[in-house]
Amino acid sequence: MKELSKEPCNLIVSGVGGQGNVLMSFLIGKALVNQGYFVSVGDTYGASQRGGSVASHVRISGHTCYGSLIPSGHADVILSLEPAETLRMLCQFGNPNVVTITNTRPIYPSDVTSGHTIYPTIDELLKLIEKLSATVIVIEATDEAFKLGNPIFANVILIGALIGSGALPLDKQSMEPILKENFPKEFDANMAAFNKGMKLAGH
Amino acid sequence: MASIELDAPGTTQLFLGNEAIARGALEAGVGFAASYPGTPASEIMDTLVSIAKDMDIHAEWSVNEKIALEAAAGASFAGIRAIASMKQNGINVASDFLINLTMTGIGKGLIVVVADDPGALSSSNEQDSRNICKWMNIPLLEPSNTQEAKDMTKWAFELSEELDTICMLRSVNRIGHTRGNVKLGELPKMEQRAYFPHIWNMFAPTLSKFAAGPFPRLHKMLNEKLAEAQQRFESAPFNWYQGPNKAELLIITSGASTSCCIEAVKELKLNNTVGIFKLGTPWPLPENLVKKQLRRSKKVLFVEEVDPFIERSVMELAANLPMNSPRIVFHGKRSGHIPSYGELHPDIVINTVADLMAIPYHARDIAYEKKAEELSTHVPGRALNLCPGCPHRGTFWAIKNALQLDGRNGFVCGDIGCYALGFAAGGYYQSRTMHAMGSGAGVANGLGNLSQFGFEQPVIAVCGDSTFFHATIPALINGIYNKSNFILLILDNSATAMTGFQPHPGTGMTGAGESAIPIDMEALCRSLGVHVEVCDPFELENTTTILLKLMADAGGAKVVIMRRECEMVRAKREKRFPYVMYVDPDICIGEACGCNRVCTRVFQCPGLIWDKEEGKSKIDEAVCTGCGLCVEVCPEGAIVKKAT
Repeated sequence: MKELSKEPCNLIVSGVGGQGNVLMSFLIGKALVNQGYFVSVGDTYGASQRGGSVASHVRISGHTCYGSLIPSGHADVILSLEPAETLRMLCQFGNPNVVTITNTRPIYPSDVTSGHTIYPTIDELLKLIEKLSATVIVIEATDEAFKLGNPIFANVILIGALIGSGALPLDKQSMEPILKENFPKEFDANMAAFNKGMKLAGH
Repeated sequence: MASIELDAPGTTQLFLGNEAIARGALEAGVGFAASYPGTPASEIMDTLVSIAKDMDIHAEWSVNEKIALEAAAGASFAGIRAIASMKQNGINVASDFLINLTMTGIGKGLIVVVADDPGALSSSNEQDSRNICKWMNIPLLEPSNTQEAKDMTKWAFELSEELDTICMLRSVNRIGHTRGNVKLGELPKMEQRAYFPHIWNMFAPTLSKFAAGPFPRLHKMLNEKLAEAQQRFESAPFNWYQGPNKAELLIITSGASTSCCIEAVKELKLNNTVGIFKLGTPWPLPENLVKKQLRRSKKVLFVEEVDPFIERSVMELAANLPMNSPRIVFHGKRSGHIPSYGELHPDIVINTVADLMAIPYHARDIAYEKKAEELSTHVPGRALNLCPGCPHRGTFWAIKNALQLDGRNGFVCGDIGCYALGFAAGGYYQSRTMHAMGSGAGVANGLGNLSQFGFEQPVIAVCGDSTFFHATIPALINGIYNKSNFILLILDNSATAMTGFQPHPGTGMTGAGESAIPIDMEALCRSLGVHVEVCDPFELENTTTILLKLMADAGGAKVVIMRRECEMVRAKREKRFPYVMYVDPDICIGEACGCNRVCTRVFQCPGLIWDKEEGKSKIDEAVCTGCGLCVEVCPEGAIVKKAT
């Protein structure tokens, strides 16, 4: 039986439909299963995808598959592709011990673009995120992804940051074969994105 | 994403619940699979079509769910194990065949998987399909996790074959769309031969076994099969109890709700006082087993999604317990302890159990809770929208303009698909009705035949290309035949986009990737004698002009095919955007423009945003897909497209 420092360990991967959070939670989950853990991943699908808030709940255990919904206030790690979504997740699932890893690039909801709702500035958002987190790792993942040629790499950069943060019982060696298997044609580019994320998280 | 055909018994894989169901079917030796796409069921068939060739099975996307079930039954009659899968709406489409199928029985094992959507996350209703099993006398299995989804599917085939009747596996979104550890079993290695057996009914020697007829004795035979199913369910491996021998509270649960109950007992540290009875076979109810469990406690809580299905069956049973039985107090949906609508969340069950056991519960630190509540007011809402580059945005923009110019309060009868967002901001709130697949045209049939009552509003029905084949063709034929006056817009984006881009009869490709005769919907419509136009949804002015012309003509049904490929399909294939877009800051005059920010306030493509600091429009290059449509919306010509 595998031992975890906290049983179960609850990770939320959040973002906006189309950013790749389903793929992220799948890659992380797969690496964990390969390491001998029990994993449940609950995703948002279907209508909720189209421009809506999406979140995957990843629950890691040494001995059983938990239900795929994390109870309110019970997230251990929040990994987020979009800063307003980071705050949304913290408000429902955060607690005084939560570790937050967040992208800085906003995706504006249509109600914000149309002028019906206000989106806080990124500085304001980061302050609010800090108020609800034990630790915050801020990653300019989309900006870094543009440097690598495609904003979509923000998701693999954030996986790199998650592994680099040491918040999960995973290391580079456990992720590399997963990336190789899932991106056979674009492995080098994805590995570069992953390494960038590791480095940005201080690794 | 996973390899369900992996021949590695005993190994553990991370499978989506729907992949686990597909794997269970493979382990049962399924030879024939049919489905119509629908969230949360689609990945069952997505998975099966992807391995159909390698595993030498027939797997198809059928035109609709009734045909899927009929085709699967045909295979079963000829001795091939078969599966039909669908979302909850689909079982309603298939229901007319289904009730007659229960009368005849089957050949080899035949199961129908119905994926319900508690909380209506991707649906317009939250039907509890378990009720159909009671109504039609169908044995029902309900998996509670990914591993069980696989194991139960396999078992359902055996059960179906032994009982000679179709069995239903009822999944929900939190089963089908949860990934979890799945320990693989053996894949059978057998050669299957199909042959339709000429066998006769035991009481009517001239009636084929596979023909339902006006014989109540067929119903009697079905009742006997159900009694046999009930016997087997008494000792089914998927029913279990965990907890103390005598419990202060007995929770009776099933399906995805099971994990919420386990979570609640663990969270509240009540494993010595609260017991959980999990029922994997809710119908027919294994009465002796349930009676035995009821002796554990005088206080019962039912936790299930969506209707009080087990709750009602058990209370019916309890009403017939001997007079001297101890009185049991039942809690659940009827008592208001569990909500009677919506998806169940562990929070609901934790709080209800805490309440019934009189234990104080706080999910987190109280000061933190207060702070989180306060800060949540800063989180902007995020309404659903059509994707950047979506052809439907052009269609709805043209509809909006045409209806405004026409000025007779015309409206859209909406339908099911991505374009269901016609009722929201992304579709400019144009859709006024929305119900089932094909209902846009169906409802328009009635509205378009009210001129004798002074009805003059133009009626535009929309449907997608896949929806056209699924259920719209009869509605169009009816409209032509009965001289109803409406315009049917077929939004042909060459894919069943909402559910994951599955092919359909118009695409010229089967689910398994073989080429097929592409059904030409334009020629098909023309053959019905109806007026047909074909438009590119990105040609806004042309579409508006055509719609205005057709609205002015009160002479019956007309068809406009709005043809442009789904942007996500196009981008995946071409791996490039057609244009690089930018807003020329020297031309955009922002708030000062007489357009009143039509580009961002009204048009609302996610790729076009408002730069608060500059007071001008701006392209979000991380979101924009360079389709170029917004160029036509800016009256000043400030939005520029540059070919890539």
